Amino acid sequence: MLSHKKIEKNSILMLVLILIVVSIGGLIEIAPLFYLESTIEKVKGMRPYSPLELAGRDIYIREGCYNCHSQMVRPLRDEAERYGHYSLAAESMYDHPFQWGSKRTGPDLARVGGRYSDEWHVTHLNNPRDVVPESVMPGYPFLGKTPLHVPDVAGSLETNKLVGVPYTEDMIGNAKLDLAIQVNPDADEIDAFMERYPKAQVRDFDGNPAMLSELDALIAYLQMMGTLVDFTSYDVDANKR
Amino acid sequence: MNLLWLAFTIIGVLLGVMLSAKAVDPAMMLHGMVFSIAGVLSAFALIAKNYRNNSGPSLADANGNVNYNTEIVKAGVIASTFWGVAGFSVGLLIALQLAFPALNFDLPWTNFGRLRPLHTSAVIFAFGGNILIMTSFHVVQRTCRARLAGDIAPWFVFWGYQLFIVLAATGYLLGVTQSKEYAEPEWYVDIWLTLVWVVYLLVFLVTIWKRQEKHIYVANWFFLAFIVTIAMLHIVNNLSMPVSLAGVKSYSLFAGVQSALTQWWYGHNAVGFFLTAGFLGIMYYFIPKRVNRPVYSYRLSIIHFWSLIFLYIWAGPHHLHYTALPDWAQTLGMTFSIMLWMPSWGGMINGLMTLSGAWDKLRTDPVVRFLVTSVAFYGMSTFEGPLMSIKAVNALSHYTDWTIGHVHSGALGWVAYISFGALYFLTPVVWKRKSLYSDALVNLHFWISTVGILLYITAMWVSGILQGLMWRAYDAFGFLEYSFSETVEAMHPFYVIRAGGGALFLIGSLIMVYNLWRTVRGDVRAKEAGSLVPNMEFAGAR
Repeated sequence: MLSHKKIEKNSILMLVLILIVVSIGGLIEIAPLFYLESTIEKVKGMRPYSPLELAGRDIYIREGCYNCHSQMVRPLRDEAERYGHYSLAAESMYDHPFQWGSKRTGPDLARVGGRYSDEWHVTHLNNPRDVVPESVMPGYPFLGKTPLHVPDVAGSLETNKLVGVPYTEDMIGNAKLDLAIQVNPDADEIDAFMERYPKAQVRDFDGNPAMLSELDALIAYLQMMGTLVDFTSYDVDANKR
Repeated sequence: MNLLWLAFTIIGVLLGVMLSAKAVDPAMMLHGMVFSIAGVLSAFALIAKNYRNNSGPSLADANGNVNYNTEIVKAGVIASTFWGVAGFSVGLLIALQLAFPALNFDLPWTNFGRLRPLHTSAVIFAFGGNILIMTSFHVVQRTCRARLAGDIAPWFVFWGYQLFIVLAATGYLLGVTQSKEYAEPEWYVDIWLTLVWVVYLLVFLVTIWKRQEKHIYVANWFFLAFIVTIAMLHIVNNLSMPVSLAGVKSYSLFAGVQSALTQWWYGHNAVGFFLTAGFLGIMYYFIPKRVNRPVYSYRLSIIHFWSLIFLYIWAGPHHLHYTALPDWAQTLGMTFSIMLWMPSWGGMINGLMTLSGAWDKLRTDPVVRFLVTSVAFYGMSTFEGPLMSIKAVNALSHYTDWTIGHVHSGALGWVAYISFGALYFLTPVVWKRKSLYSDALVNLHFWISTVGILLYITAMWVSGILQGLMWRAYDAFGFLEYSFSETVEAMHPFYVIRAGGGALFLIGSLIMVYNLWRTVRGDVRAKEAGSLVPNMEFAGAR
């Protein structure tokens, strides 16, 4: 029988025992998530972010939107009625890292895509109280005035590929072009773009066709959130075993 | 040995200049410069030190007493007081922003989204972290009866940690973040912290190896568990792939569900090991020391320690109830969170019962009042935590201000109060003063901040439960009763009250700064000269 006297006289023994004791819980809870069917299920419609959506997501992260907005609809009656179908694990499978959030100072955004017009988003992000008088959200007037600058578009996609997002060579090769043309429905390459990113929305998002701004990217991201999975054809039981 | 450190600083300068020159974004350019300036300053300090005194510090004084390293503790007192006030101020600002959104000024670097991580990191890592490093360095020396290991290494830990804080804080203002709560700093700042942390562990361990006591004192078990577990959590949760070695942006190795649970395994145990285990180490030294009684129960200490660190790790999934995380993991997280109540209260009992036979000190010594009240708050928030981890309760409380209130009853009541107690204890000890400047001001600080905390947490209870109920309210026709914006409007009065509570807490801390500053100067408030609680470690104080 190991006496505690032995442990408290030997710092290395204590250190090793501490490491063992604090490892058990994490190993048992986290490791299975990498192979259980329900957490790695494939759902029809999910695709990697287009370069513009990814740039918008990076701005969402940069401005700390996750501090006040969740992206996780819980399977509760009121949330289903307020926000829509509960969130699936697969819907954040390409999110490095996840954006589920922990606080709703503002509403959940998991299914905000298509709920408001682009004009509404432009006005709202410029000064939220112009459209929602009770809002306590900060204004972001600088987004529309700042040209979108991504240091290395292809590099961003490639890095995501390295951590597991299935970007193809075609997607990475055309990344810079795709970033520019998603705001231009008349571009010749739009058909090829739509093949790479099905259901992507192509238009000038911020109402200023003269400049590809940070606001374009952020609204492109907001408008696609929760729109990829078609819940009329989603089979809840398909992944149950 | 000094040359090795000097070489290290030169490498740092070159690395900083290179990063700055090759930077693909302005944030990396700035951080490269900050890094190289820090390197130049350390090189200067090393050379100046070499000229001043070429031999290492003596291990014992003329009488054979251990020559403790008190300079590092002094630096820690100053740094943690400074960061505390800074962190509380930013907290007050963002509390006011939620009540009056015009205070966001609609600028990139002043909006709530960027300032909130600045507040959380400033209070947890800058204030709490400096308190932990400082107290652990003090406690490990005194309980091992050995001088702190290393001559320059402890200073590398101290200044390296301040550099980590500056890089993290300026990064947040520039929008550099991983978006993982309490783990926002980007990859290069994480690597730097890892380096600092390894040296911290070594300084702590080597001091233990040099001990003149057979047993390692219980406070040091907690500090050791805190240091190694934080290392493990920090490294795993921050695994990520930078887009460019000369840019700030990286993408996390994990996505979706896996990313969520890894983050909250980290996040909950940042609370469990940074804000609990580490501060329990403070409790186990400063309470017995201040009331001059032995720890209540040795056996309870052992059970408390091992059960606390074993159970805490499992509790992370309670941050993810009703999400896409599998049900079994949620249930496991809830079960262990409820079990965690027992070791938490075991620790509370061990701390409180240490006052057996010395309860009168609660009346006569305002520093004891801070220490004991902190343990009472610890008991309260470790009861509230398990309650909120129950899925049915969590369905209501999650995403609301109740969580914010819960965090602050722990952070203000437990973490900050035990820190204030330690600061009031240590300042006269390391500056060798007979007593504090004033006990009456300690008392004033205590009452002002206690009223502040109570306003804060009661406002958040009401607003949290109110908003949770409003979200799920149905009218007579079966429709949702309130729009989201109506629930936001209902929060306003509570946000104002909360900011008032925060302001009182900040005022209290400023009173402490004044009191500590006068103590360092060696002043004694004339009115209280005869009645001050003496510093027992001051020679001839008895």
